[in-house]
Amino acid sequence: MAESQGAIAVGIDDVTKLYGNFTALSDVSLAIHDNEFFTLLGPSGCGKTTLLRCIAGFEDISKGAIRLYGDNIADLPPNHRPVNTVFQQYALFPHMDVTRNVMFGLLRLGRSETEARARAGEVLELVRLSEFADRMPAHLSGGQQQRVALARALVPNPKVLLLDEPLSALDLKLRQAVRLELQQLQHETGITFIFVTHDQEEALTMSDRIAVISDGVVQQVGSARDIYEEPDNRFVADFIGETNLIEVSVAEVAGDNAVCTLPGGTRFACPAARGAHSGQGHLSVRPERVSLVDPSEALLTGTVTRLIYLGTDMHVDLALADGEPVTARVQNSSQTTIPAMGETVGLNFEEGAARLLVD
Amino acid sequence: MAGGIGSGPGKSARTYAGFGVTLILPAWLVIGIFLVVPIGIMLVYSFLTKEFRGGVIWEFSLAAYDQFFFDRGLFGDDPPKIEWTYILIFWRSIWQAGLATLLSLLIGFPTAWFIATRPASTRTIWLFLITVPYWVNLLIRTISMKFLIRDNGPLNTWLLETGVISEPIHLINTWVAVQLGLFYSYLPFMVLPIYAAVERYNFALSEAAADLYASRFVTLTQIIIPVVKPGIIAGCILVFVPSLGSFLAPDLLGGAKNFMIGSLIDEQFKGAAGNWPFGAAAAMILLSMVLIVLIFYARSQNRQEGA
Amino acid sequence: MMAKKPDLRRFPGFLPLTVLCVFLLYAPLIIVAVYSFNDSPSITLWGGVSLRWYEDVFWGPESDKFKQAAINSFVIAVAAASTATVIATMAATAMLRAGSFRGKGASFALINLPLMVPEIVTAVATLIFFSAIGFTTGILTILIAHIVFCIPFAYLPIAARMEGIEDVYEQAAQDLYATRWEAFRLILLPLMTPGILSGFLLAFIISLDDFIITNFVKGAGVETLPTAIFGAVKQGIKPNIMAISTLLLAVSILFVTLSYFSGRMGQNRK
Repeated sequence: MAESQGAIAVGIDDVTKLYGNFTALSDVSLAIHDNEFFTLLGPSGCGKTTLLRCIAGFEDISKGAIRLYGDNIADLPPNHRPVNTVFQQYALFPHMDVTRNVMFGLLRLGRSETEARARAGEVLELVRLSEFADRMPAHLSGGQQQRVALARALVPNPKVLLLDEPLSALDLKLRQAVRLELQQLQHETGITFIFVTHDQEEALTMSDRIAVISDGVVQQVGSARDIYEEPDNRFVADFIGETNLIEVSVAEVAGDNAVCTLPGGTRFACPAARGAHSGQGHLSVRPERVSLVDPSEALLTGTVTRLIYLGTDMHVDLALADGEPVTARVQNSSQTTIPAMGETVGLNFEEGAARLLVD
Repeated sequence: MAGGIGSGPGKSARTYAGFGVTLILPAWLVIGIFLVVPIGIMLVYSFLTKEFRGGVIWEFSLAAYDQFFFDRGLFGDDPPKIEWTYILIFWRSIWQAGLATLLSLLIGFPTAWFIATRPASTRTIWLFLITVPYWVNLLIRTISMKFLIRDNGPLNTWLLETGVISEPIHLINTWVAVQLGLFYSYLPFMVLPIYAAVERYNFALSEAAADLYASRFVTLTQIIIPVVKPGIIAGCILVFVPSLGSFLAPDLLGGAKNFMIGSLIDEQFKGAAGNWPFGAAAAMILLSMVLIVLIFYARSQNRQEGA
Repeated sequence: MMAKKPDLRRFPGFLPLTVLCVFLLYAPLIIVAVYSFNDSPSITLWGGVSLRWYEDVFWGPESDKFKQAAINSFVIAVAAASTATVIATMAATAMLRAGSFRGKGASFALINLPLMVPEIVTAVATLIFFSAIGFTTGILTILIAHIVFCIPFAYLPIAARMEGIEDVYEQAAQDLYATRWEAFRLILLPLMTPGILSGFLLAFIISLDDFIITNFVKGAGVETLPTAIFGAVKQGIKPNIMAISTLLLAVSILFVTLSYFSGRMGQNRK
């Protein structure tokens, strides 16, 4: 596991980025490990691309430090930073053929024409583009362009590779194939990847660790499993996958556990996120962890307001007594009985399935 | 594609940040020294005393402006009356330029609209046809017009031969000839900006108007013209401003009776009859008029953008 | 068959007006071009096709005057357009690629100032300026005046082109260890070439065509083609003038066509 390897490839220390009055990044601190596939995930405009551009050197930071294997690089111009970027729309130089594009970085580093050409050939082979070596970028498909961009950024052998939504310009099918290739490439090269995306599925499937960012603030850092199963706060729970947020009053929080009162008055003990406190709070329960039972043996009761048939699953939308919506996702099988519209049913979930969040 | 991060507030630090002043400096120096400073000196000259063989004497004088607006008799000691000669020349320039603008608009708008609604392939050809005269030497175009409308030129010859007229129409050295020259000179300047505006026009607006029971005419006047108005205004400025200060059309086509500002100014700098301070004053008055037009234009643009 | 849907883009009468517009723009030019091949010494009567007036332009009694004027025009146009193109390219880089700097707002107005000031005013101001500083008018004063008004014409296509090139290419170059100068020379400049060429050609034509300003600052004895033609026309339109006008017309059309296609070539490659 990446975390066990000690060296920190990129250290983001208290980085703040202001544009006039707008705070794009607010006291961001992250430690990205050597040889890690690290993803910055968040909605549009959350600051993830800004952070990537700060690491690359295209943006000056207002405060803080960016360290690359311990050295502060925050004041270096982009061409003095041993990191390379795969740009969102690839930014392949339109007036140079594939080989020239890939050679560009090596030539700027002072390598000879012959050496650069040879290295470019090797890397193009790695990304299976040898036969397109003398094509112009405009005559390549989106997927091929993406691989040229990757080759161009990898050939100078950067310490860290930055990828700015590199899959967003590809169609769905291709995107899924490229995900695996990228992961494999990262393993083969051993280069630290910092990957920016707004697509949670992409993040969950590829990354060693994910930083969820919103409004310029890091909300949570952890493995895919961590952030899905154990979200720290409402934003993360809501942004990653689907969830039910049930308002509860919290009697007490002791360490990782909390005791709270559900809307129907039932007392309930469950795990609590770090920082959760007593008072009013929200429980996150994933729809697939909610089961429909007889009202007499249930934690909550609700009325069915909508049924959505999804093939293998059935989405059951319910309204609790106070009108709050809850969704349950039940499997379509011979064992389950699907309730009818307007029927009052009981809702149950295990202690471990619910989690008290930081609001 | 989701994303659009780059469009967030505040653009990235630009590639050549910090070099702006260095890079713009040559443009500043050249235009500053050889245009802004000269206009300043021209302003000073308009307040100097004229030297009889051209040039100036460095002595403050309001004579140039006084001569422009007031008639003080042959020896300059009569009680001042309003001097109409130059005011009328300016007035003629304004209405000639205004009429040329109107005529250009009447033919330029339909042309621009027609071209902008062609399919891409033929649009390029039409646009090219309009662009070429835009760049053809103005002098040659004015000479061509002069040749065409002479009393025994091709136009009259043809009209006589086809029997439309029985004797030649005398056009040369009339205000009509000047008007034809101005209209002909600056017509492309009207078409191109309107074309640019129509090209950006969203035709769904016309469909929406038609859907809401608007007739073709109502769609044109209530929807299309207001939407493409910035282009129309730009076109009008581009025709009006150069027409106002035009020299070639009045000089070659209008003769001595149809002086416009341009010819008046020109005359002050030619030979011994010249009067530099007066020429400078007339040029300053012309420049002020143009600046007023441009300020109104800038205001209207700001309003458009603010809305 | 259903009735044809009314096309909302079509207005009755717009096609004839467009045809009229194109006709009006071209008719005088075409007539002059046709009459330049007239064999008759009278400019009115048609005497059959001949090239005698072109011969007259190149080898006739006035040919030396026109040749010298053409050389002057050409030298001035090349020098003015080149200088203006360099200045305009630098200015466009400042305006579009250098972020904000002091005086940026005023710079845009300044670059476009030569377009806004009426030509006759520029002419008068320039003449007075050179006279005030005691500079003898001649080729050099023409050249300086031409550089000034060529700058905005060179600037417009160059800036339009640069605006169309995202700065991500230069960023990618810098990311790949290029210095700023390398990013400019290896990436921005090659991508800019069509715009720069277009700007140069337009500036060249504008310089070649200028009459009013040149006429004011040319000084005694120095003629460019337009001033020479104007001088000749003052004595009446002669057939050789029509021949020379037609030649100049052809040059203009050639350059506009080149400029047009260099601009489009760039667009296609993007």
